[in-house]
Amino acid sequence: MAVVLIETGTHAVPSEGGLRLAPEDAARVTGWTLKPEGMCRDDLCVPLDGAMLAGGRVDAAAFWRHLGNPVASDRAGETWVLGAGAEARNAALAGLEAPDFALPDLAGKVHRLSDYRGQKVFLTTWASW
Amino acid sequence: MWEDLQTCLFDAPFVVIAVAQEGRGAEQARPWIEKARPSYPCLIDEEHRVSALYGMVNVPQCVWIDERGMIVRPPETAGSTDHFRRMDPATRTLAPELAAEREAARRAYFDAVRAWVRTGEHALPGDAARARLPVISADMAMAEALFRLGLHLRRVGQEDEAAEVFAEASRMHPESWCIFRDAQVLEPSGFAGGPGFWARVNALGDKPYYKPPEL
Repeated sequence: MAVVLIETGTHAVPSEGGLRLAPEDAARVTGWTLKPEGMCRDDLCVPLDGAMLAGGRVDAAAFWRHLGNPVASDRAGETWVLGAGAEARNAALAGLEAPDFALPDLAGKVHRLSDYRGQKVFLTTWASW
Repeated sequence: MWEDLQTCLFDAPFVVIAVAQEGRGAEQARPWIEKARPSYPCLIDEEHRVSALYGMVNVPQCVWIDERGMIVRPPETAGSTDHFRRMDPATRTLAPELAAEREAARRAYFDAVRAWVRTGEHALPGDAARARLPVISADMAMAEALFRLGLHLRRVGQEDEAAEVFAEASRMHPESWCIFRDAQVLEPSGFAGGPGFWARVNALGDKPYYKPPEL
């Protein structure tokens, strides 16, 4: 079993040798679905080479890297991070629309940035450290 | 310090949203929030998600967002200055004239925020705002992935491996004080401001720790 941390949360998925996943699990952690043409999302399909698809399993880490995104894993190969790539991050900012997020306050109430549309927002970070 | 801003603009369509970048979780931030008793949303960001989304590298950094949800000032230092680097290391105090300078800089920044809310002044046109956006490199994106892995490893008790992962993240994104400082072992005072921090600050030389905002 591997723990996979993605932008939207954390998934525990059965894995073999690295991050070789059943197609349905690969779809859960990457957002791309295995089809005869390759891994597909919306109208876009990315062909997989033999190393990325073997024995009916998708090497989700290799596929994620192939897309130009960062992949990090622990030494044991039990925990994986499939991060957002630089291109996607820069593209998200380039239009100047403030990237949305949802985070809790101390009481656990979730606030979404977009809930504050219609007001000017002074978004600031801080830390106790 | 944000409460003054929120309070004096209570009659304007304006909100401060303060996001704590706290890899050790909400309880780390709780005493500070309870002491400040904020009337504005004070959110907990255990994964430094906001820093990653906006390309922030230190705290406090802020982004000004208009009523349509558009960025009108990309990330910049939110009122802090480098005067702390000239503190007396023994007493951790500033000479009065430096303290006055620091306060004047802070006040000037918050005056600019108030002017923006009241009149729109200091909001940047699209091209100017775009020119100030941080450019996120592949190394920075990789550093964020490593940092997230390190946070997970630290939470599940694999502190030694977490430290190695954090060190690699910092190596790949040396400008990020958020990654460096949240990765530190906290001193009893609660600040990741030990000798390692000061060595890194001193290594900046003439470069700023808090880049002054260009108003």
